[in-house]
Amino acid sequence: MGRIMVGISISIVAPFLLNQIAAYGVGILLLLAALAILVCRRPFGSRFIYGACALVCSALVGAALCALLAPGAGLDAVEIPIGVPLGRTWLALDPLSAAFAVIVNLTTAIVSFYAIGHGTHAAEPQRVVPFYPAFVAAMNIVLLAQDAFSFLVGWEIMSLASWALVVSEDRSASNRRAGIVYLIMATGGAMTLLLAFGILAGPEGGYTFDAMRQAAAFKPGAIVLALALIGAGSKAGLVPLHAWLPLAHPAAPSHVSALMSGVMTKVAVYGFIRIVFDLSGPPSWWWSIPVLIVAAITAILGVLYALMEHDLKRLLAYHTVENIGIIFIGLGLALAFEASGFAVAAALALIAAIFHVFNHSLFKSLLFLGAGAVLSATGERDMECMGGLIHRMPVTAFAFLMGCIAISALPPFNGFVSEWLTFQAILMSPQLPQWIPRLLVPAVGATLACSAALAAACFVKAFGSTFLGRPRAPSAAAAKETDRWSLGAMLLLAALCLGAGVLPGFVIDSLAGVSNLLVGAQLAAQSDQPWLRIAPIDPARSAYNGLLVFSMIVIAAGLTALIVRRFASHGLRRAPAWDCGFPDPSPVTQYSSSSFAQPIRRVFGSVVFRAREHVTMPRAGDTGKAKLQLNLHDTLWEALYDPVIRFVNTAADRLNGFQFLTIRKYLMLVFAALVLLLVIIGTWR
Amino acid sequence: MTPFETDMAHLLAGSMVLVSFLLLYQDRMFALLNIFALHAWVLAFSVGWQAYLQHAPHLFITALIALVFKGVFIPVALHRIVVRLGIHRTIDTVVSAGPTMLFGMALVALSIVVMLPVTEAAGAFVREDLAFALSIVLLGLLMMVTRRNAVSQVIGFMSLENGLVLAATGARGMPLVVEISVAFSVLIAFIVIGIFLFRIRERFDSVDVRALDMSRGESA
Repeated sequence: MGRIMVGISISIVAPFLLNQIAAYGVGILLLLAALAILVCRRPFGSRFIYGACALVCSALVGAALCALLAPGAGLDAVEIPIGVPLGRTWLALDPLSAAFAVIVNLTTAIVSFYAIGHGTHAAEPQRVVPFYPAFVAAMNIVLLAQDAFSFLVGWEIMSLASWALVVSEDRSASNRRAGIVYLIMATGGAMTLLLAFGILAGPEGGYTFDAMRQAAAFKPGAIVLALALIGAGSKAGLVPLHAWLPLAHPAAPSHVSALMSGVMTKVAVYGFIRIVFDLSGPPSWWWSIPVLIVAAITAILGVLYALMEHDLKRLLAYHTVENIGIIFIGLGLALAFEASGFAVAAALALIAAIFHVFNHSLFKSLLFLGAGAVLSATGERDMECMGGLIHRMPVTAFAFLMGCIAISALPPFNGFVSEWLTFQAILMSPQLPQWIPRLLVPAVGATLACSAALAAACFVKAFGSTFLGRPRAPSAAAAKETDRWSLGAMLLLAALCLGAGVLPGFVIDSLAGVSNLLVGAQLAAQSDQPWLRIAPIDPARSAYNGLLVFSMIVIAAGLTALIVRRFASHGLRRAPAWDCGFPDPSPVTQYSSSSFAQPIRRVFGSVVFRAREHVTMPRAGDTGKAKLQLNLHDTLWEALYDPVIRFVNTAADRLNGFQFLTIRKYLMLVFAALVLLLVIIGTWR
Repeated sequence: MTPFETDMAHLLAGSMVLVSFLLLYQDRMFALLNIFALHAWVLAFSVGWQAYLQHAPHLFITALIALVFKGVFIPVALHRIVVRLGIHRTIDTVVSAGPTMLFGMALVALSIVVMLPVTEAAGAFVREDLAFALSIVLLGLLMMVTRRNAVSQVIGFMSLENGLVLAATGARGMPLVVEISVAFSVLIAFIVIGIFLFRIRERFDSVDVRALDMSRGESA
């Protein structure tokens, strides 16, 4: 039936082909960015811009959905007669672009609704509003691009616009530092992608994606894979290139954080898939090994960092790192299966990864929007200053809880389905012919399981210390529920999380075009399965029914509530809470976020973070305070980034002398350099 | 192109290299200015010959610019400046003439070694012309590096620019606009440098550029 509806909608939009709609959408977004400069200072102006963004993105979702479900409807790429001197700009929606365009624009549309309400809180809207449509347009350009030049141009605009948003509140030193680190990492990443495309284009310089696919010539796959991992991985947040992410994502205004964490990292994943699966030709089996190792390390370290974090938005940013690891585990598995000829298993792993991309964009945006609502209500990002917000902000708390359940991969929400599919792919690994991945994949699976469990623990901590208990600071006690636009957007995201978890078969089916394009196979149609269950390989092997789980939970919870109401005592009594024999009413005595993390810190932290605790007790008889001091180290930063920073500083000190030479010495330097280069040219041949 | 025409072009371009060596060797001020004028005259003839060979009338304008400005106007003006500054004494060189000349010969060899293989696709005539031009540029740069006197540095710069004009006229298709603008930029550079010379002298009673370095609190 879905196919019929799509057919009808295609026949309606046929005169205006989908690619044209998408290209016009991008154009309108760019115009909005220009318009925003004029109108953003007025509250109505910024509302109008955000609202228009939401509308345009909704239209883009529609176009992309049609292109995804009915491939071939808009095959002719839109050729825009502007571009760099060597080529023109080609925009089109193939199934992969379309899938990501749906994900990106759906989330962006909802986040824009949130911004209609939330954006009016901005102190300096002129530093946020004009860059927002430009950022969204740039992400769409990256997705629509069918040649390397427009891909890179879109990528760079995306980086620069998001950088401008990160430093929009530049009064705090930490935001400025985040901006610098982000700019350096983004520049390096774009440079490696440029090199990757340069290698793929080959000596003939065919920079359209079609030309790259057809170039049968020598392709140094290892170099392309390494460059794509560095270039796209630095944007997505693969360890150890994640360093900018927990700095930059929280620094931006909350709705932009939601986009950067929930959506922009997905554009980076798209770039990786496009280069490695689509443009590089058939993979070798060993390509999967670096991807799997990096992904597993990313997943486990991301969640460990998150557990040590007490800043709510930084905690969420570290969880983005973890989820990127999960996505890349799926991609690595897909590479391994594709190289060994197991096309269906590759399709399963790939669909698991893209499904998780979809899910993560939904629940991570939801969580960041929730954190933004808390931030604007309390002015706090530190969880040790929150608490008890469920009484002050019940709807936000409810939506945030939905997001926490989804990201913790608990059924019946969507996070469970994609991680379950990833595990199904991991369980196919004994088929692999090479022994290295056969040994590696189970270890990766164990890491994935461990990180999923730790993620659940982390979100118990996040939700508990933010919303439960008693307020730890006066600002938390005085918090007010956020506005209706924001609440509507969060509830919509929560509903989508639940919907995708209860009815995952539709999502899997709609991704069939992507797996056909990239690995040449698709899973059996899930909508034919009885009772809306999913069985990706074989019902006898494994099946999951989200609807059944959801109904069971609803029935069990309903019955329990009924029984409690029916049979429990109706008399309401108020009594002092059990105080563990410690009747201090101060909220500081509550279980805090760091005390929650302490057992896990004891297990992992002493190695990973070199965590050391020092307890200073008062002397016997002294009634003074005891003191607990905790030292944590960011080992990765100290091991990888500090030496680079030291080297750059030392080199800058050494070269400082060159600023104070005499004119004749400068001339001599120029002369010597010229002669040296000429000698090199002369002797080279 | 007859062998005579090619030989003539080579003779003129080669003479420029020779005159560049004379510039490098010459350490008296007035003689230096006269040789620079000679450099410009040879350039003018060389460009004029190219204009005749390539049937490119606009190159005659270039030749005329070289003749009038660099062959007459700038040497005369520098001559007057030198007289007014009262520095018609010998020039002190950082490196003595012998090693400088040896190094200059090495530079000529280098430019031939570099240019001939690189420009294999071009005609034999253009290749050697470019090698000569590069030699002149390098010799001009060498002169700027080895002299301390501001006036002789200016001369080194101007002879370097002559080499560029020679290269530009040898490579066909150089538009006139570019040549005229290069000529004017040299003229402006000359004016600016001339003004600076007087300012330097006013301040330091010398046109030795070491005085500039000392004014920044450094030793040369």
